Amino acid sequence: MKYAGLLVMPAGFFLTLAAILLFPAPNTRAAFVACGIAVEGMGLAVAIRGHMAPKRGRHGQSLGREVEGGEFH
Amino acid sequence: MVASSAPPIADVSFALALPLLLLAPLAIAGLALVNAGLGRSRSAAQSVLGSLVLVSVAVLVFALVGATFADGASGSGHVFHFSGIPWNWAGTGPIALSGLSSSPMRAQLTLLFEFLALSLAVLIPWGSGADRWRLTAGAASAAVLAALVFPLVSHWIWGAGWLAQLGLNFSLGLGFLDVGGAATIHVLGGFSALVVVWIAGPRRGKFPKEGLSTAMPGHNAVYILAGCLIALVGWMPFNMAGALLWLGASPSALPGTAINTLLSAAAALAATLTVTRIRFGKPDASLCANGWLAGLVTSSACASLVTPLEAIFTGLVAGVAMPLIVEFLELAVSIDDPSGAVSVHAAGGLWGLLAAGVFAPQQGQFVAQLIGVSALLGFLLPLIYLLFALLNRVVPFRVDPDGERIGMDLHELGGGAYPEFVVHRDDSFR
Repeated sequence: MKYAGLLVMPAGFFLTLAAILLFPAPNTRAAFVACGIAVEGMGLAVAIRGHMAPKRGRHGQSLGREVEGGEFH
Repeated sequence: MVASSAPPIADVSFALALPLLLLAPLAIAGLALVNAGLGRSRSAAQSVLGSLVLVSVAVLVFALVGATFADGASGSGHVFHFSGIPWNWAGTGPIALSGLSSSPMRAQLTLLFEFLALSLAVLIPWGSGADRWRLTAGAASAAVLAALVFPLVSHWIWGAGWLAQLGLNFSLGLGFLDVGGAATIHVLGGFSALVVVWIAGPRRGKFPKEGLSTAMPGHNAVYILAGCLIALVGWMPFNMAGALLWLGASPSALPGTAINTLLSAAAALAATLTVTRIRFGKPDASLCANGWLAGLVTSSACASLVTPLEAIFTGLVAGVAMPLIVEFLELAVSIDDPSGAVSVHAAGGLWGLLAAGVFAPQQGQFVAQLIGVSALLGFLLPLIYLLFALLNRVVPFRVDPDGERIGMDLHELGGGAYPEFVVHRDDSFR
């Protein structure tokens, strides 16, 4: 899940790049650039959710397992 | 941003910029002290030695490799054309700083500015990895940042790269503005810190089986608060030197930049003090120190662009947001960030960059800042994660459990920072 989020973030960046190339009108350009950042924000949120996932079980219950280090998948 | 075709820097500006930059290492010293104070006593020597090692590795690698890609003074770069627009994405400077002494004054000052910026940037994740990040891994990550990530971002923003040329190519204000290194130093460092805490994981005992996270306060509040004061002494000249180099500011504008830096930090401290007083009943020293730093980070983006009232406003927002983000990251997201670098440097830097766009008078400046923020979030963060995740497979970031139990000082250096003091038992290893 973390990797999915990290992959969504460059998609938002490319949306921003497309916006500045395709939309010369200031308002439309600004709106699409903001959309690109929103996509990046969603990617970050998914990545953070992925970081939190190991602390929860399949049904959202805490596994009661201490995370003791190593990569926190 | 001032492109490579900018006129040579005037003698008076050179005379001012050089001594200003020579004061900037105090910001590095202050940050190293804050990092040491926020860690535990049994890792203090490793923290301070690590700061020196990381800075040394970073500047050596940057001199040998990174400066080539960061270069913007030679007026050329790796450029590809798309939709009839040049996209300058990397520099093509001389290898290993050859010909430095004969290069123009502006190029030499730019290089000194970049060396100092890089030194500050690599220290930011070091504080977040405190008490479990191995020195070798820290040095290796500093090398990666210095060889690839920092030069790329520095070229884009300060070296006539595509972000700097947004104004020229798309009529977006002056292009992406980052006068004092809010993006190249603080957002880069803050994102690196986030990746380090993701990969290394939390300290043992930080998130126990039951209940809330364990509080692991810094071991020396005096180091932390003194570090903040020392950082201010380095921060003001660094912001002023940035205004001279990247905005072409006149010497008469420099006192205003220094005043705005101070105002932003002061407002942020006052805001954090109030927030922590309301939330916890008493002001929290380490959070207040981080509030001060968040104000300084915000000023890096906009101190030379805003009025004093606007500087106070940006500082207030940073000071209110910082403790709330720290709390959210620790309690809701289980991120163990001992130095609060993600909240202070990443969030503070992003807010400052956006505030610079809001308050700058140029048409389209806010959109230019948004595009810069998008590049940082959408390109830089995944790139750092990819590089650090690969690096972690070669040089494991995290110390073994036994090393963490006895402390990084004994484990990595063979001796503690306070050999005559009795270190009490660690209750977090329940």
